[in-house]
Amino acid sequence: MKELLEFLSLANANVRYVVLGVMLLGASTAVVGSFTFLRKKALVGDAIAHSVLPGICLAFMFSQYKHPLVLLIGAFISGWLSILSIDIISKKSRIKSDTAIAIVLSVFFGIGILLLTYIQSTGNAAQAGLDSFLFGQAASLIREDVMVLGAVCFLLVLTIYFFFKEFSILSFDADYATSLGLPVRFLEVILSTLTVLAIAVGIQAVGVVLMAAMLITPAAAARYWTNNLTKMIVLAALFGAFSGLFGSYISYSAPKMPTGPWIIVCITIIAFVSLAFAPERGLFFKWKRKRSKEINTLDENVLKIFFHLGEQENNMFAARKIPALQKRRYFDEKKVLQSLKRMMRAGQIEQEDNTWKLTETGLVEAKRIARIHRLWEMYMSKFLRMPADHVHEGAESLEHFFTPSMEAMLEQDLDFPETDPHDKPIPYTVKNEF
Amino acid sequence: MIIQVDNPVLEVHDLTVSYDKNPVLWNIDFSIPKGKLVGIIGPNGAGKSTMLKSVMGLIEPQSGFVKVFDKDLDDVRQRVSYVPQRESVDWDFPASVLDVVLMGRYGRRGLFKRMTKQDKEIAMASLAKVNMEKYYNRQIAQLSGGQQQRVFIARSLAQQADLYLMDEPFAGVDASAESSILSLLQEMRAEEKTIMVVHHDLQSAYEYFDWVILLNMRLVASGPKEEVFTPKLLQETYGGKLTLLDSLSNFIRRKELPIKG
Repeated sequence: MKELLEFLSLANANVRYVVLGVMLLGASTAVVGSFTFLRKKALVGDAIAHSVLPGICLAFMFSQYKHPLVLLIGAFISGWLSILSIDIISKKSRIKSDTAIAIVLSVFFGIGILLLTYIQSTGNAAQAGLDSFLFGQAASLIREDVMVLGAVCFLLVLTIYFFFKEFSILSFDADYATSLGLPVRFLEVILSTLTVLAIAVGIQAVGVVLMAAMLITPAAAARYWTNNLTKMIVLAALFGAFSGLFGSYISYSAPKMPTGPWIIVCITIIAFVSLAFAPERGLFFKWKRKRSKEINTLDENVLKIFFHLGEQENNMFAARKIPALQKRRYFDEKKVLQSLKRMMRAGQIEQEDNTWKLTETGLVEAKRIARIHRLWEMYMSKFLRMPADHVHEGAESLEHFFTPSMEAMLEQDLDFPETDPHDKPIPYTVKNEF
Repeated sequence: MIIQVDNPVLEVHDLTVSYDKNPVLWNIDFSIPKGKLVGIIGPNGAGKSTMLKSVMGLIEPQSGFVKVFDKDLDDVRQRVSYVPQRESVDWDFPASVLDVVLMGRYGRRGLFKRMTKQDKEIAMASLAKVNMEKYYNRQIAQLSGGQQQRVFIARSLAQQADLYLMDEPFAGVDASAESSILSLLQEMRAEEKTIMVVHHDLQSAYEYFDWVILLNMRLVASGPKEEVFTPKLLQETYGGKLTLLDSLSNFIRRKELPIKG
């Protein structure tokens, strides 16, 4: 606890650098990554991330010095080479782009590991920390690193800000952008450059292996919460920054831990929470929607039985026991009871001892369902030319989906018929609230 | 039956286009007069969309050239508008209807510039023309196919161009939307705009268009509909591909040979 407070107070200058650096990084890679995500280039991002390793190693071997700017340049060059290689392979050969990505990723990364092993075997003292580029070590960031990182992140966000409308049209409809005369090629180069830069600058903190997740996951998570591009990007940046904060805390409190995996665990949890609980798109809300439709369908089916029995006996308000209802159509006893109680609360059903009967409101609703059922049967036999003995099944399930306006269309198209294809009367109510 | 015109809005000269080294359009050569509704008709795989794309410079032709208003396309981009096929984009993109229609203004505004109030008014007016103004704030993924189609048309209208190239604007729209789109196109024609439409329904084509291009990898006909809609020419267009063209282009693709004069 004391450790956490000490960390959060940012009293230690080095902690300040690390936290600031990694949060900046998380936010700006998320901003750039939002476009990578929307352009469906996530795998290219992964290939670039793995491909910067040989560049870093070569830059180190030539300069014999671990200066962040030198390593950044090396990473940038080999990252760009990987993009070009993917492009050339998929355009000039018969190899499709997914295979091209896989080839480039593994070849570049292989060479990188080879060079890294070589550097380590030479026993160069300065190489200490170079292997942290695999999984990242945020705590090893020093003031110099953060200066470079900050400058690059600022550049990234600024560029996105200025090219915002161009990048959004490029991501949505590149052909149309070309037809407008926008310099699409140029814009693509800029966006790719930003992606490579974001990756190159992030690897010291996150590592080449997991950098792609830093790029893509915040955007993927943010997409669940909003349909607005600007909001999505801001949210992705917040997610990225928070994961950065979390990762750097871990790196600070447990120095032996690689930072990258922790940042990724954090952002992945955010992504899972989004996937599960985001309104509209989240799984929980989808499940809830489905569940409430099921309940609604059950209630409507029970009401319909009251209507059918009432129609048979010419007594709509007769009190009935549950077994009498089940005789007409089998329902689980417990569910039927729940349903009756629910409708009682809604004022559609009344209870007397262990018998149940329709109320006036209940009858209106029951008639509505029976009416839609029979109208839809009529519609299918008239417009879809289905024989009368084939229409019941379809109507049984679709009757629960009609909105008032669709019902009105149905009535108009059929011109208010008297009976359904089985010659049963269609129960109109006096013009109600529709 | 290829009728060339004086002072054409669009001139396509000896255009040959290949996909993946596979020629799909052979020596297309025609010109289009001003203020017409032009239908591009032909069977599936005839290269109708490809032709529009190469007119718009989205595909580099193997040979030949295109002149728009007697100039290179790049000099008159503002006067030409393109409506891609609805399925060519992912409609799950985070954007509202108005966002998409505003894209029609991007070309005029240029790099770095923000959209102005005037741009928004033009975009809203374009939406009104396709009866979609009340949906301006709707997320595009929630639209029906026909509504998406109309949003694309509105985006194109927002460009305020003189020549419109539309790829299957009637695909997937219901009958009432189709007739309202058609009357919109007719209004545009009355304002001396030229509209070229890729269309797959032969039944309605005669009724809709003034000028018809019949295409099946090669140009079969281009001219006023009365002269082009003959059983012989239609038979030529729909009566299967020329086998020789097909096997020649397959051969070139297999050997991966470039086509050079």
